[in-house]
Amino acid sequence: METLSHLAHGFSVAFTPVNLMWCLLGTTLGTAIGVLPGLGPALTIALLLPITYQVAPEASFILFAGIYYGAMYGGSTTSILLNTPGESATIVTALEGNRMARSGRGGAALATSAIGSFVAGTLGTLGVAFLAPVVVKFALSFGPAEYFSLMVLAFITVSAVLGSSSVRGLTSLFVGFVIGMIGVDLQTGQPRFTFGMSQLLDGVDVIVVAVGLFAVGETFYMASRRYAGKDEIVPLKGSLYMTAAEWARSWKAWLRGALLGFPIGALPAGGAEIPTFLSYAIEKKLSKHKEEFGTVGAIEGVAGPEAANNASAAGVLVPMLTLGLPTSATAAIMLSAFQSYGINPGPMLFMTQANLVWGLIASLFIANIILVILNLPLIGLWVRLLKIPAPQLYAGILVFATVGTYGISQSPTDLVILYLLGGAGFLMRRFDFPTAPVIIGMILWPLAETQFRRAMTISNGDWSVFYKHPLSLTLLTLAFIGLIGPHIYAFIERRRTRGPEHVPGDA
Amino acid sequence: MSTSDQQAARPRLAVPELLIGIGLLACAGAVAWQTLSIPVSPLYSKVGPTVFPYITMVGMTILSLLLIVAALRGGWQLEEEKETPTDWKAMGIVAVGLVANLVLIQPLGFTAASVIMFVLICHGFGSRHPLRDVLLGLILALAAYFGFARALGVNIGAGFIENQLNTGLDSIIRMLRG
Repeated sequence: METLSHLAHGFSVAFTPVNLMWCLLGTTLGTAIGVLPGLGPALTIALLLPITYQVAPEASFILFAGIYYGAMYGGSTTSILLNTPGESATIVTALEGNRMARSGRGGAALATSAIGSFVAGTLGTLGVAFLAPVVVKFALSFGPAEYFSLMVLAFITVSAVLGSSSVRGLTSLFVGFVIGMIGVDLQTGQPRFTFGMSQLLDGVDVIVVAVGLFAVGETFYMASRRYAGKDEIVPLKGSLYMTAAEWARSWKAWLRGALLGFPIGALPAGGAEIPTFLSYAIEKKLSKHKEEFGTVGAIEGVAGPEAANNASAAGVLVPMLTLGLPTSATAAIMLSAFQSYGINPGPMLFMTQANLVWGLIASLFIANIILVILNLPLIGLWVRLLKIPAPQLYAGILVFATVGTYGISQSPTDLVILYLLGGAGFLMRRFDFPTAPVIIGMILWPLAETQFRRAMTISNGDWSVFYKHPLSLTLLTLAFIGLIGPHIYAFIERRRTRGPEHVPGDA
Repeated sequence: MSTSDQQAARPRLAVPELLIGIGLLACAGAVAWQTLSIPVSPLYSKVGPTVFPYITMVGMTILSLLLIVAALRGGWQLEEEKETPTDWKAMGIVAVGLVANLVLIQPLGFTAASVIMFVLICHGFGSRHPLRDVLLGLILALAAYFGFARALGVNIGAGFIENQLNTGLDSIIRMLRG
């Protein structure tokens, strides 16, 4: 019950007028950028990182968390009405949601996704509040070797296990490693990967990388695909109120989605794709209205995945706050905001920064309430945002991208790096390389190096620490299975399916 | 996993993917060059500054070779991507907009450079109302400038337009304060 008193204290932090204002600002901004195609929470938080020099940590994290949650709500609106999922986590919402909108039930789809997001977001935040202290107790026993092995596991899961190809995911991750190592090695003072340029001694700012990959890269990509045909906005028809039957079909799907999403999000693997796809599969299997799936749109197919998405977004905060382990691009950028305050997320955070942590968790509950209000009665406002024409939208995004990047140090070098990364971002998007591992890699690789060095210093240079500690060995084994397992499985499957029927030359 | 990509098709060399693989191999080469040129630290430490760069170098090399193999076997592009022709002209105009911004931001200041970039990018995306775009770009650039420069305290390149407005704004603030 310690958690409850912590939470009560957290609410006293979050309920100050100033912090409520930050929460309102964050959720509004988050919904807007979630609705707008081409903008995401990672990019927005990266652009707003300079705010960490101006305001207290509580305020900026309440703002960032509001953006993070808000983008999840806003993203579903775009998927349902426009059928262009802004991010991979809302692909599934678009499947049924857009069909519902086309068959005139867009209002109900928006309602079930907003209320489902609220239910799952609140359950997920409760999960954070109660699970985090448990993880903290466990994490206090971690030594540097365990931390290093945990990071290796996270590297493998975010790049190799999730996503369409392990080779391309790992390539993105290693590109992130290279970017992360540019600059002076903090322990020995040696410049690394600077190509003799003094501008690179301080390293490459995460703002430049995030903005380059997400804003500039996306703009190039959209410009290159003008022939791809336009998605139409489905006009919003029907009332936003769900019928009794629709409620009955939704609430179980919300709960199942939340129960699926939170634990998977909280694992040091993260990712909202797996829980949303799993939830979709389960709802399809359990539904009494299977004929609606893929035709007129089934409400369970919106309710479940949308809940899973929001619960897993909350789950991602557990490893981020308790272990300092970001498993999404947005979480990685939030981690760099912690670094900018000189705060190290990890088990000690809950003791040294109790105000910050519990204020943040409490503000997430408030954010959920604000968001369900913003996204139901005020939905018409957000639909109007969808009508911003693409030329002005992307040109505007680049104006903000320039301010955010040029403002760091007023150096044209940063702009050159930004545009080069934009070109790289375009190629990655075009050739199906995931971009999140780049951000996670660049933030986490230097931290992994620090833990590795600590472990080796403690062990006096003996490599066996990594496999003699049982926990470290377990984590490394899991990472190895994650890397190799799917390939072995695919190999066996291929053997089995090809087997006797395979006639040479018929391919 | 990628095994399902194009299993039925006869393996054929995929040129764009091959170029990406070769480009990444070149990057691995640059990483190797930079790793080898890290001076050995005179300070004692159990794990020197070169261990992680070496790991990265080896990883990059293996991954780029795997990508080259995948390209030789027919590549991994999605059919949908392959079928959509790339609009090089639109991309080119957008790139010109970015370069214009890069070149002009110091001599002209942020706002003027941004407006030029805004209009060029809009043009690249097919907008044919340059005057309206100039106006919109100006409003957005000023909003971005004052949002960041004044609210976030970030110092961005001020040119003629910003200086005039800053002077104006300061005098208004002074008037309001009496």
